[in-house]
Amino acid sequence: MNKLKTINKRSWLSSPYVIWIIGFTVIPMIMIFRYAFTNEDGSFTFSQITAILDPIHLKALIFSLEIAIGSTVICILLSYPLVMAMKRLNLGKQGFALFILILPMWMNFILRILAWQMILSNNGILNFLLQKVGLEPLAIANSGTAIMVGMIYDYLPYMVLPIFNAIAEIDEDIIEAAKDLGAGSITIFHKIIFPLSIPGLLSGIVMVFVPSMTSFVVSDILGGGKFQLVGNIIEQEFTKSMNWHLGSGLSVSLMIFVLISMAFTMKQEGEGKGSAIW
Amino acid sequence: MVEKIKNWVSRFYLGLIILFLYAPILVLIVLSFNSSRSRVKWGGFTFDWYVRLFSNRQISEALTTTLLLAFVSALIATIIGVLSALGIHAMRQRNYQLVMAFTHIPMVNADIVTGIALMLWFVHFIPLGFGSVLLAHVTFNIPYVILSVMPKIRQMNVSLYEAARDLGANAVYGFFKVIFPQLTNGIVSGFFMAFTMSMDDFVITYFTKGPGVNTLSTMIYGEIRKGIKPEMYALSTIIFVFVFAILLVVNYIPQKKGKVVKERGLR
Repeated sequence: MNKLKTINKRSWLSSPYVIWIIGFTVIPMIMIFRYAFTNEDGSFTFSQITAILDPIHLKALIFSLEIAIGSTVICILLSYPLVMAMKRLNLGKQGFALFILILPMWMNFILRILAWQMILSNNGILNFLLQKVGLEPLAIANSGTAIMVGMIYDYLPYMVLPIFNAIAEIDEDIIEAAKDLGAGSITIFHKIIFPLSIPGLLSGIVMVFVPSMTSFVVSDILGGGKFQLVGNIIEQEFTKSMNWHLGSGLSVSLMIFVLISMAFTMKQEGEGKGSAIW
Repeated sequence: MVEKIKNWVSRFYLGLIILFLYAPILVLIVLSFNSSRSRVKWGGFTFDWYVRLFSNRQISEALTTTLLLAFVSALIATIIGVLSALGIHAMRQRNYQLVMAFTHIPMVNADIVTGIALMLWFVHFIPLGFGSVLLAHVTFNIPYVILSVMPKIRQMNVSLYEAARDLGANAVYGFFKVIFPQLTNGIVSGFFMAFTMSMDDFVITYFTKGPGVNTLSTMIYGEIRKGIKPEMYALSTIIFVFVFAILLVVNYIPQKKGKVVKERGLR
């Protein structure tokens, strides 16, 4: 009883943070909703929210969705073999995994995307190398593919790290036991490693899907101005058209859309293997 | 035999991914030694950009802003974050979950939405500039600190602190002598995580910065159309090599010290 009392007394220490949450998380959210549901003259309207259904905006939304789903799926497909390879080569324990994945983040990310532009451009490094070995040059500069390469490049570490952490926590004895009972490596992956990695996979999906759905820098640089993601449209509403109400409306729609997609993913994943997640 | 092939395939695949992750970095490093201003032609080897870097006032201002911002925001976030993690840990179940849910908002929300929402609020009471960017960075940094300190608090032995108080230590003395040493690892990694996130941020800074201030990211973004100054490649190479060296030292040399702290924490 006495202990409980002293413990509860400690919770006042979080009051600066609670004030900070109210001041810089809750109120800004209220502000963006206020702009999203009003006109220039301050009257209430739904039109800023439904503006996402305008053909141009809808086209950008669908394109963003394609890019985001494509990037997320490819990141997943690249991550599992990588994590398994690191596990096999026993590289995880010395912090090597973290090291090679985090280090690139210290080179400014806009510069790294610009470097990709140089690599992928029509007379760029990739095509130069392809021609050297006698292959046809690729025309992926300023395309959806180029944008996706940039997204995958940028967000791959966010997929690998949570999956890696989840798999690193698996008790080696379980895998040994499965081996003793005659399970092959495919069965082990399918029955043990994959199910136990799902919490990591889910946070990886969130951390790749959300930024690739909402980015505007990557598409700006690697799309050559030809492709618009929702992020580009929102950014232009604030920096060029100066229509804050429409920009806020589109942001809120995007936010709701992302939340729905996330909830959907979690539910789909969760239904079969619910016990593994929570 | 099969094992050998599997190992070989693993190495090959790992190599491919490393190539993918480091190819652009290699390109940028090569460009920093390219005497031609063009991004596609090699004009010969030069150290010019490194020399000129030190006389470029714009870049040094942006660098100072970036580092100052990262340091101050990480410091404030660490102080608020550690205190609040201690507080949150003591909360009842319902409040605990509520605060943690709000802690996840800036992490899960899209940067563009966070940036715009903060900007829409800031314009009502503060001129957009260094101050507003600092507030924004502290906001998205606190969750990283809390999430890296929280697991250490759960492992912490509360009785030790109470024993110290019983023996006459006051709250502040007890905190620094008993609680702080048990949390050092979490606090340090939280601080560096926050520092990195602040250095790496572009979107939130872009929306909350106003016209006068530039970090390295926003400065580079502004130069895309005009062409990036090669001094920028030189600076990035220096930062990259510097961090590479630090990470090498931190990860592979003083492991003994880390172990001592850990063991002390566990006791």
